[in-house]
Amino acid sequence: MTVTHDDVVRWIRAFADAIAENKDSLTDLDSAIGDADHGINMNRGMTAVMAKLDGGGSAADVGALLKTVGMTLVSSVGGAGGPLYGTLFLRLGAAADGKDELTDQDWVSMVAAGVEGVQSRGKAEPNDKTMVDALIPARDALAAAVAAGEPFADALRAAAAAAEEGMKATIPLVARKGRASYLGERSAGHQDPGATSSWLLMRTAAETFGDHED
Amino acid sequence: MKKLINDPENVVREELSGIARAHGDLVEVHIDPHYIVRKDAPVQGKVALVSGGGSGHEPMHGGFVGMGMLDAACPGEVFTSPTPDQMEAATKAVDGGAGVVHIVKNYTGDVMNFEMAAELVRSEGSEVESVLVDDDVAVQDSLYTAGRRGVGATVLMEKIAGAAAEQRRPLKEVVDICRRVNDNARSMGMALTSCTVPAAGKPTFELGDDEMEIGIGIHGEPGRERRKVAPVHDVVEMMATPIVDDLPFKSGDQVLAFVNGMGGTPLIELYIVFNELASFLDGRGIGVGRNLIGPYITSLEMQGCSITLLKLDDELTDLWDAPVKTPGLRWGV
Repeated sequence: MTVTHDDVVRWIRAFADAIAENKDSLTDLDSAIGDADHGINMNRGMTAVMAKLDGGGSAADVGALLKTVGMTLVSSVGGAGGPLYGTLFLRLGAAADGKDELTDQDWVSMVAAGVEGVQSRGKAEPNDKTMVDALIPARDALAAAVAAGEPFADALRAAAAAAEEGMKATIPLVARKGRASYLGERSAGHQDPGATSSWLLMRTAAETFGDHED
Repeated sequence: MKKLINDPENVVREELSGIARAHGDLVEVHIDPHYIVRKDAPVQGKVALVSGGGSGHEPMHGGFVGMGMLDAACPGEVFTSPTPDQMEAATKAVDGGAGVVHIVKNYTGDVMNFEMAAELVRSEGSEVESVLVDDDVAVQDSLYTAGRRGVGATVLMEKIAGAAAEQRRPLKEVVDICRRVNDNARSMGMALTSCTVPAAGKPTFELGDDEMEIGIGIHGEPGRERRKVAPVHDVVEMMATPIVDDLPFKSGDQVLAFVNGMGGTPLIELYIVFNELASFLDGRGIGVGRNLIGPYITSLEMQGCSITLLKLDDELTDLWDAPVKTPGLRWGV
């Protein structure tokens, strides 16, 4: 099966909706170990993205569309989330350059490129208690499932499930990156807000790309 | 939440409009993307200084734009780093051909956004150097954290490097002066109360009526310890001891002593803090060559203060004394 240009737009919209719905809970998670703005910032960014797409910014190919999303996030989110999610979408876009639809293999390479971008921008390693802790398991589960020849919908669900597990596994971790790291041991016992929004990203991808029957 | 605002969404924009109306003789305010530049920018042949950070720390940074200090400031949302497009536009607006220095406080978001901005402007041919401010001794274990935070030394660096740039010193020298200020300055903050980010609507952290947080960051990040409130004599000792021991400042040193208000503490208390600090330094044989007392790097309405000590030499002292004319700091003109 393939992911169409329309599917990608639906995914971005679903992610924007999920961020809006979870705005307060993301901010609450951030106020426990950070600076209480993750939900607010991501919602401001995704609202700007939707305004851009609804205003005609979605016309181009999938690569250009995702780069528009990335640039809009970079210029509207601020904080650490802006450069990190911005870079993620810019790399997804670069990996889909000129494409009008995506195969499951395309999606595997795109996610790998996006996660690599996040790591090179933020310098986070696994278990630093960051969004990387949700993204890396998702990337790996996706690649493994597609390589094993599983249906794309199942691979997407496996990626979302791995992201959720990675997100929950951030709870006992002591933060080593970002503002949460100033808490030291006191950061343990709280779920990382960035890993939580990254789970929403993978979950909405599974929900929108995986609802085909073909 | 009780605040003198119309709508939490419009806080930064309306503040910028106020600055434009109040200080139109000194600065020019640009909206979308938001940045403030000195009125006569770009100054040809002068190294330009650009800083920025989340809003809520006024007068830093926008209040320090003008002759003898910053060429541009990029305000983010409250307590949120500004974005690369703001920094890119501000950098281009002030580049007078002698290079640009980005003064970046060491916070994950600020560092990443300024990094992206520097990549953008360098690719278009501008010469940009970044200097990091990380003077907060409250962060002990820098190896396992994002490192020490940039706090009070930022104000001193912007003033001193601004004077060096005004003297038409070359980029490398201005950058060296920035690094010297950072290397010779140490800070520590404390809070008596929390503060409320307008868009969040509730206090960033909880602090009991009889408690204080020693080592607080300028966004309410936790410090070294939470304890019962104590007389200011003891509080100053708790803050000044780790500062002095860290550099270390030694007997015979001359320092610039900066007692900063967090936004909600009146000057009467800041002078009491300074009195205690001067006695403390006296006891260690450290001389207060210069001082700065007042709210210059704030945390919204938080009650509390920070202490910054900068070890002075003749050159840094001269640059500190040089004329400055900004909305937030003005002397010698």
